[in-house]
Amino acid sequence: MMQRISLILLSVAALTACGEKAQTLGTKNDATAFSGASNAFVAPGWQAGDKNSWEQHLRARGQYGMNDHSRAP
Amino acid sequence: MARMKFICDAERCIECNGCVTACKNEHEVPWGVNRRRVVTLNDGVPGEKSISVACMHCSDAPCMAVCPVNCFYKTDEGVVLHDKDICIGCGYCSYACPFGAPQFPSQGTFGVRGKMDKCTFCAGGPEANGSQAEFEKYGRNRLAEGKLPACAEMCSTKALLAGDGDVVADIFRNRVVKRNKGAEVWGWGTAYGSKQAGQAPAKVEGVKK
Repeated sequence: MMQRISLILLSVAALTACGEKAQTLGTKNDATAFSGASNAFVAPGWQAGDKNSWEQHLRARGQYGMNDHSRAP
Repeated sequence: MARMKFICDAERCIECNGCVTACKNEHEVPWGVNRRRVVTLNDGVPGEKSISVACMHCSDAPCMAVCPVNCFYKTDEGVVLHDKDICIGCGYCSYACPFGAPQFPSQGTFGVRGKMDKCTFCAGGPEANGSQAEFEKYGRNRLAEGKLPACAEMCSTKALLAGDGDVVADIFRNRVVKRNKGAEVWGWGTAYGSKQAGQAPAKVEGVKK
């Protein structure tokens, strides 16, 4: 009986490390910005996953929002 | 797309600190950490100049070069980001950065220095785009939401420009031509490289070494 209990305890102790997360260097893979965000704040007018659509949307947003000379020449 | 870049027009900045407030509010940045701040030269003297400063997402980022745990990475758009799960808060990046961008929150009873925090160009971090985990560590990911950085979009005088380098350079060039005076685009050469930045002074004729 004692042998069985000690064997179980030893097995538990030996397998503890298996549950630990790997500590590896290097950053995780980050998703691209044009793939969109999973929340309710995504601006309308472009297609998530379409890089060209995202680029054109940001260009238009930049021109409209920041180029006051184009709005009031 | 070209690289994402910041330009601050010192001719337009009125030191309102709207960009600082927008950044702090958007990302719920903790007390004591300023991802963006406004610096004024000759404050109170006629002709004073102000400039809004944050991480410039340098082309050849010195923070990336000195990080001992290699926690930095650069996105396809040229935005310099870091992984807080890897950062050890050593502060080397803070010494290397010419803009004073890296910030370290002091938390706990003894003000223990936490992991580095800096401007993300509103591009979040390595966690899933728009997730709660990303927001809690890095703030909002506005780029993935199809928006530009909050600081620039909130700037009342449009002194701070952010976005595709070609677009912001065109807007700025147009301004300089129209007002017919100096560019005052401080930090651009240091961050993105130019003939002026990091090069020996021009030789003067007739002067021996």
